[in-house]
Amino acid sequence: MAKEQHAYEEFMKGLWRENPVFVQVLGLCPLLAVTNSAINGLAMGLASFFVLLGSSILVSLLKSYIPKQVRISCFIIIIATFVTVVDYSLAAAMPVIHKELGAFIPLIVCNCLILGRMEAFASRNTLRMSIADAFGMGAGFLFALVALGGVREILGVGELFGISLFGPNFEPWVIMILPPGGFITLGVMLLYFNWVEEKKNKLDKQLAAEAGVN
Amino acid sequence: MGDLGWIFISTLLINNFVLAYFLGLCPFLGVSNKLEVSFRLGLATIFVMVVTALCAWILNTYVLIYAPYLRLISFIVVIASVVQLIEMAIKKLSPTLFRALGIFLPLITTNCAILGLAIFATNKGYGLWEGLVYALGAGMGFTLAIVLMAGMRQEVEKANAMPKLIKGFAFNLIISGILSMAFMGFAGLFSSS
Repeated sequence: MAKEQHAYEEFMKGLWRENPVFVQVLGLCPLLAVTNSAINGLAMGLASFFVLLGSSILVSLLKSYIPKQVRISCFIIIIATFVTVVDYSLAAAMPVIHKELGAFIPLIVCNCLILGRMEAFASRNTLRMSIADAFGMGAGFLFALVALGGVREILGVGELFGISLFGPNFEPWVIMILPPGGFITLGVMLLYFNWVEEKKNKLDKQLAAEAGVN
Repeated sequence: MGDLGWIFISTLLINNFVLAYFLGLCPFLGVSNKLEVSFRLGLATIFVMVVTALCAWILNTYVLIYAPYLRLISFIVVIASVVQLIEMAIKKLSPTLFRALGIFLPLITTNCAILGLAIFATNKGYGLWEGLVYALGAGMGFTLAIVLMAGMRQEVEKANAMPKLIKGFAFNLIISGILSMAFMGFAGLFSSS
């Protein structure tokens, strides 16, 4: 039971407390490039999720066979294999979305989030823990992609998942679905996260001070 | 201007790798606090990109027609090893050059702008010369963007008037957004011709 609790902790850590995007600011290239609509964000998030999960499992199974000196190259080759699988399956199953995401599916290989998890977690922990960690980080990344894509789509075209929200009188804020919108939206979101964090720290300090007085 | 000239201008300004495609954001946001360091990083990137374009063309023409599904893996492995070899050669031949550029080379190899360059050039079906010009434009575009960014960040540091909350990534991203907006103006170059 205690072990169960621990795996759950790992999962929640990735989803919120150490969210790969909003807290660690990793994996920005695919994040900004494809999030001009919520559905693209979702597809990219699922693809990255699959790659992260697959390579986490493989790396944590192979960790005692991979020589320390060449581990990074091994991780990259494992990741590249899974990305190739995703690329080809997506092209076969969902050609429209594959075309939309274009070259950014192969670029999942360079997502520093995935390589970072291999190095920092999967190569040092048991299979079970690695799966929990991959689920958490993958879900955290997916959440960030969909949130960013959703905000940009709502502001930029007035739709969410292709459903019109404001009726025909809405004047779209076109810049939001263009590259500058990506930078600015993420900047504002990070600002919000910083603010929440700061408020929490203040509250913690206050509580600690009060406890000290009593 | 011929086709090559247009490819160069288009990747340098209009489809800037950093500001329009979001490639190479990690060094762009991470290493852009000193003007001089950013400039050297930019030069090293131009160099690696040209090498990458050459490797990608060789692989595409001679190897990958037989096994297209190995594209991604072979790009990564070949580019990383060639850059490593060049790094060793520079270290041996010119220690001054190595001190100026060498430390960046291993970092750049795992940069998404490099792999992105190889993939984009392949998708567009560029030949050897087109690929090399494309790489030169992309590398110089990256240098331009990172130097501009570093300059702005240094000036803002001097002003020393920012609230603590916005410092760091949030602020850098918002500046990049404004820079990217400014670069959108170059899109007019194409439609007017």
